[in-house]
Amino acid sequence: MEKIIEEALSGHVGETGGLITGLRHVQERCGFVPRDTVRIAADLFNISQAEVRGVISFYADFRDEKPGENHIRLCVAEACQSVGSRQIERELTDKYSIAMGETSASGEVTIEPVFCLGLCSCAPAAEVNGKLISRASAKRITNEVGG
Amino acid sequence: MSKNRIFIPLDSAAVALGADEVAERIAIEATSRGLEVAIVRTGSRGMHWLEPLIEVEVDGKRIGYGPVSEDEVAGLLDTGLFEGGDHDTTIGVVEEHPFMLDQQRLIFSRCGVTDPLSFDDYVGNGGLDGLKAAIAADERSIVDAIKTSGLRGRGGAGFPAGIKWDTVQGATADQKYIVCNADEGDSGTFADRMIMEGDPFLLIEGMVIAGLGVGATKGYIYLRSEYPIAARVLNEAIEVAKENRLLGDEVLGSGKAFDLTVFVGAGAYICGEETSLLESLEGKRGLVRAKPPLPALEGLFGKPTLVHNVLSLCSVPWILANGGEAYAAYGQGSSKGTLSFQLAGNIKQGGLFETAFGVTLDDLVNKYGGGTLSGRPFKAVQIGGPLGAYLPQELLHLPMDYEVMAQHCAGVGHGGIVVFDDQADLMAQARYAFEFCAEESCGKCTPCRVGAVRGEEVMDKIAAGENHDENMVLLEDLCELMVDGSLCAMGGMTPIPVTSAIKHFPDDFAPRHAREAAE
Ligand SMILES: Cc1cc2nc3c(=O)[nH]c(=O)nc-3n(C[C@H](O)[C@H](O)[C@H](O)COP(=O)(O)O)c2cc1C
Ligand code: SF4
Ligand code: FES
Repeated sequence: MEKIIEEALSGHVGETGGLITGLRHVQERCGFVPRDTVRIAADLFNISQAEVRGVISFYADFRDEKPGENHIRLCVAEACQSVGSRQIERELTDKYSIAMGETSASGEVTIEPVFCLGLCSCAPAAEVNGKLISRASAKRITNEVGG
Repeated sequence: MSKNRIFIPLDSAAVALGADEVAERIAIEATSRGLEVAIVRTGSRGMHWLEPLIEVEVDGKRIGYGPVSEDEVAGLLDTGLFEGGDHDTTIGVVEEHPFMLDQQRLIFSRCGVTDPLSFDDYVGNGGLDGLKAAIAADERSIVDAIKTSGLRGRGGAGFPAGIKWDTVQGATADQKYIVCNADEGDSGTFADRMIMEGDPFLLIEGMVIAGLGVGATKGYIYLRSEYPIAARVLNEAIEVAKENRLLGDEVLGSGKAFDLTVFVGAGAYICGEETSLLESLEGKRGLVRAKPPLPALEGLFGKPTLVHNVLSLCSVPWILANGGEAYAAYGQGSSKGTLSFQLAGNIKQGGLFETAFGVTLDDLVNKYGGGTLSGRPFKAVQIGGPLGAYLPQELLHLPMDYEVMAQHCAGVGHGGIVVFDDQADLMAQARYAFEFCAEESCGKCTPCRVGAVRGEEVMDKIAAGENHDENMVLLEDLCELMVDGSLCAMGGMTPIPVTSAIKHFPDDFAPRHAREAAE
């Protein structure tokens, strides 16, 4: 793990905004940002561990836990609200018995809120395992998880 | 050309509605019929309710079919798609569609038409005309053209672009930057995304011209992470631009250098605020900086930096190619040029509609947007994103114009228009405004950080019917405090959706028993 983290980060030292790009690559490789990243990044970028921790916690994209096998991001912003995203949110959280931002006990799904996917003209919008879905419904989303 | 060309959008909205699957199926079905086809992935025309909208060229005209589902592909090919054959999904000549006819597409003229990554397509359709004019001119006249055009920033604040260009040009420094704000966080907006996916060279050209104008040699595009397709297209376009010397040590024989990099954000609405964006681009937390100093003088790494929204920069090539006066001839009052309105939410014909300022909300929502998607009565529009006002039916006659909107305590913002039908509860929307602010506040100042959370609490009490009148007064005071005491517009403008909702939809904020009796 240590080696992967170092590899993901080291190419971005000295680059503009390199820490953020590096952290993204750590997450792409590990699925989340492991705790050790703080120490390794602080050493590599020559900044304090507090600064690294501050950056990780500031940005919504960075997760400190492994997500479920399926990753649902449901848009909860206004345009999606206007066509029923609140209802979809209720149906999904009921179905998997979790709150937004959580992973189901079985590890099957993680549901996260997202504030706009730029698909507001054909809302509600969601993203399941990287696949974009417009005119989404709870059923379409769970089908995607199943498939 | 013997190959049959077929145009299918790669635009995120089209993809989210199945464009990739349709493209795949067309390739399979064509092969099995022994047909030779070339699939060209384009941007979207902006008629998103027709996506996936596929097009073929017949006698020099583009015929459209949409929305096309995977299952319809075989039938389409059987009816002679490449001859423009008749089918349930045909919309005829795309440019003659009523939604297209009434537009004035200065910025989006190529979007949905050309191959976004073909440099030949770009140059063959008016691309680089602006840059060539800029290279032939001197720095002063480039900035003058922007001033004459009356262009105002399209990111939300509507600040005159020419003044900013002047400031950056006038600053002396060993390095200056052009930073494109492609954070597009407002709900109801997607024009930046569409143009980056559909005509990326336009943004590149705009940034290069800005570099020549103010004396900057390095540019960054700060792109939100929610736009992976835009990221891919932009990065590929930058490579093609380098090969064609639109970017590099010597831009098209100008003797000037310009280098461009895409930086992807990490999920923070506040990073759309320009100083937060610069902090983030430096690899730090996106804490808002106090102004002054202005980014134009001390921006990225403390150097003079021109920060502009995508659409502002994409307006630049047209202005340079046609002159500032020609641009200023569009629009009204001090709202010059065109805006790419984004029709979103509960709307039948959602999409992008570019036209001059002065078009009424009513025309956008009803004439072009076709009314609500649900078919239920209209209730409200929110314009200008999550920090924008909610307006009722009675104000739909208003023209889109910076000053007119300001008179009604509203803003044009980035041109997003989100429609709500009669089932919307404006109290819930007002509460959400606080919730969003609490979630996305950078945390630097107390009125915003604490005020937003307090706002949620007060709204909950009002909803529950607790001390209604006292809490409504408290809510007003809280809004005032946030407006007066916040460092940036995140905290300072969150009260706008709240107070506009209260003002225009008082029934939704009536005491609980009255609300229940009304149901
Ligand atoms: C909370 C907040 C969010 C913002 N988000 C964006 C955004 O996503 N895109 C954008 O272009 N401008 C955004 N802005 C406006 C920028 O601060 C800045 O005014 C703009 O990038 C300047 O470019 P322009 O003059 O071309 O509009 C935001 C401002 C605030 C206060
Ligand atoms: S108003 Fe909110 S977002 Fe803006 S600086 Fe203050 S805390 Fe940060
Ligand atoms: S608000 Fe949901 S996609 Fe934009």
